[in-house]
Amino acid sequence: MIIPPLKRSFCVATCVVTLFLSAITSVADAKSLRYGTQDEPQTLDPHAANLAVTNRLLSNVYEGLVGRDKNYQLVPWLATSWTAPDGRSGNNNWRFILRPNVKFHDGSILTADDVVFSVQRAMHPLSQHKIAVQGVAHARKVDDLTVDLLMREPNPVLPNHLIQLRIMNKAWAIKHRAESPQNYKDKEDTYVSRNANGTGPFMVKERQTDVRTVLAAFPEWWNKNSPEKGNLTQVVLLPIKSNPTRLAALISNEVQFVNDPPPQDIPRLKASGQVKVVEGLESRVQYLVFDMRRDELLYSNIKGKNPWKDIRVRQAVAHAIDANAIKTKVMRNLAVLTGTIITDQDQGYSKDADTRLMYDPARAKKLLAEAGYPDGFAVTLDCGANQPAADICQAVGPMLARVGIRVSPNIMQTALLFPKLQKFDTSFYLLSWSTPTGDALYTLQSLLRTPSKLNASGDPDTSSGDNNFGQYSNKVFDDLVDRFKVENDLKKRDAIIRDALLLINRELPIVTLHKPIIPWAMSARAGNEVSAVLPPNGVPYFFRFISK
Amino acid sequence: MLAFIVRRILQSILVMLAVGAIAFSLFNYVGDPVSLMLPPEATQADREEVRQSLGLDKPFYVQFATFIGNALQGNFGISLRLGRPVSQLLAERLPATLELAMTAAVFGLFVGIPMGVYTALNRDKWTSKLLLTGSLVGVSLPNFLIGIFLILVFAVWLGWLPSFGRGEVTQLGFWSTGFLTADGMRAIILPAITLGFYPITLIMRLVRAEMLEVLRTDYIKFARARGLTNNAVHFGHALKNTLVPVITITGLQLGGIIAFAIITETVFQWPGMGLLFIQAVQFADIPVMAAYLCLIGFIFVAVNLIVDLLYFAVDPRLRVEQSGSGGH
Repeated sequence: MIIPPLKRSFCVATCVVTLFLSAITSVADAKSLRYGTQDEPQTLDPHAANLAVTNRLLSNVYEGLVGRDKNYQLVPWLATSWTAPDGRSGNNNWRFILRPNVKFHDGSILTADDVVFSVQRAMHPLSQHKIAVQGVAHARKVDDLTVDLLMREPNPVLPNHLIQLRIMNKAWAIKHRAESPQNYKDKEDTYVSRNANGTGPFMVKERQTDVRTVLAAFPEWWNKNSPEKGNLTQVVLLPIKSNPTRLAALISNEVQFVNDPPPQDIPRLKASGQVKVVEGLESRVQYLVFDMRRDELLYSNIKGKNPWKDIRVRQAVAHAIDANAIKTKVMRNLAVLTGTIITDQDQGYSKDADTRLMYDPARAKKLLAEAGYPDGFAVTLDCGANQPAADICQAVGPMLARVGIRVSPNIMQTALLFPKLQKFDTSFYLLSWSTPTGDALYTLQSLLRTPSKLNASGDPDTSSGDNNFGQYSNKVFDDLVDRFKVENDLKKRDAIIRDALLLINRELPIVTLHKPIIPWAMSARAGNEVSAVLPPNGVPYFFRFISK
Repeated sequence: MLAFIVRRILQSILVMLAVGAIAFSLFNYVGDPVSLMLPPEATQADREEVRQSLGLDKPFYVQFATFIGNALQGNFGISLRLGRPVSQLLAERLPATLELAMTAAVFGLFVGIPMGVYTALNRDKWTSKLLLTGSLVGVSLPNFLIGIFLILVFAVWLGWLPSFGRGEVTQLGFWSTGFLTADGMRAIILPAITLGFYPITLIMRLVRAEMLEVLRTDYIKFARARGLTNNAVHFGHALKNTLVPVITITGLQLGGIIAFAIITETVFQWPGMGLLFIQAVQFADIPVMAAYLCLIGFIFVAVNLIVDLLYFAVDPRLRVEQSGSGGH
């Protein structure tokens, strides 16, 4: 570097600082991305935890038979093609043809054995990915590159489910004694929870829990010539728990990508000029649920009856909540209102079922008076302490108080909330739900179908109503779900789903509020400018990222 | 002497058991780890099976007894969050916390003592008053705020120091140290200042008060009368005599620094035991919480015990009283 004479003395002072600075910033060359995030996955096991934080990392390391392209459309991935059962000859098997010459990170080649093994592993009682193989009885190898999935019950949208099924290497898993997903019984350190061997675009090169996880691009990835491929060769995941520290790291270019900036800081980040924010609609719905079963509410001043059982009271709640105010004030506009529990990303969505009752407190008061509660009543609303749930909970309180329903928010840690809800120990609660399968079945069956626990005889389908903590039970709705579950014709199936969604809108066992928008914050500095597409599942597919 | 030590050790064990019992009874309120470990669609039978295999179905006192029994053998169980032995996790995190705490304590001593001496010798100077007022800020400002402020200035505005993490570490056997690389040294500056802020102000005020006390005593007057230089009087006689309580307090503070490193570690994502504990709380990771609380309890008890024993060694009056003659 040539330094003009005049500036030399000045340089003595500044160059020291500059050198010091460059020592920090040069860590990130053009193709390496440092990624700051609040929580990091507790395990690398592909079939253990089914949590967003785990999926964000593992989706870069493990792959499924089916994948999604840049526009979130279903595309063949490790399978090149598949045939659905024709249903005629009583044949209920799906056949998948595997992509040849797909390599695992340890160099071995993907075969039907690995797929069969992964299907069985995902069906293990300790797996959290059973939903990925919904309806499958077992897998059968036909030849090295052909696998049949034998169905226990029909699942016309099986490929949507299979996106979640991560394929792991059988020999590797057996060698490390990991035939079953993370086993808490053996009380030993499982190798597979700290190491990975997938077919994905990135390999896990280094892992120090709570410190860093280093992903290196897999040079022999089968899809490396994809037009969607970006230029990252390394991704360093850095968990940074504290919000201000994480943002400080982003602004000072110690990290170039943050997937969870706090909403209140987004305007300031955008204004800084060094950071840009990409927003994407998440396929998740925030909703309120009433106790629809008890004859007397557990947490209310009304004795001897359950006000929620009166449709007018539920309508009053829907009319009394100003969802738009929640969207603009609590969510800071990072949300879109919704009138139905599934999103337009999901199979079965229909526009005419996406309607919500108008915000109309006067009408709400009138409905309450008609139902026999002119002075309203008191009830407790259970919410998680995570954000934005806690804030929404506190906003809903005064809105309902205005029409006379005096809500006391009960905000608790999710580790406490879920066991409470699972015991049905609630009168009114707030949760959010995302449909991992991209299909209405899982959501409607789990959230609104009669809980199997309520059938003394034992419902044959044990996953029914697993998350229906309000214990809504309606024979007509159950029948609709059971019908579309086995309907192979997608058109007819969608029509039944629509009927089911419309029924829920009339009956209002739940009140939906909004779908959150996820913001991603990334560096906009020249040399480290990151470009990324935000898919509705919120997973950063790093192979599509570009840094320049 | 022996009876005294045995009595103190027995008391310490009692304290440890109490800490363990209180910690353990609290865990009934932190939530159900099984609900976080299993999928929402898991059946009741699955839940019961996992609960049983973890021993969570047993009554509280059985769980506690099992825990104490295993802990005595150095076995704290498996972290529910990370699926790894807790003792291994703590051993990994201990060096980070100890390095941070030691640096903060040394920093507190080397800044606090000169400041205390200065303010005692120059009582009426405006700089002393400024330091004293400033130290009030140090005592009253919460730790995390100081940390965030330092990050804003040195990481965001000036860009001189990293805002989080431990930097490059070197593995020396089981001990991972950040002191051997420039990166690691840079990374420890901000957290150590943050954590050392409170000790600095405490030590400074303590040294000042003790120093003022000592400067009034007769032997200082005699020393001056003998014509010793100011330096000899201040540093050779006065300071030396103020240091006994300072060292005691610093020793006792060390336990506090290690325990309260939780906040500093969270702000700076410092991979120590405090960070491990905070994350364990959110996940209801009972084995990690129990082990951490017991370890911190142990550090406190051990430091107190050592200080007591040191007093015994240093202060002859205690020994005299023990032998029953009294008076001096």
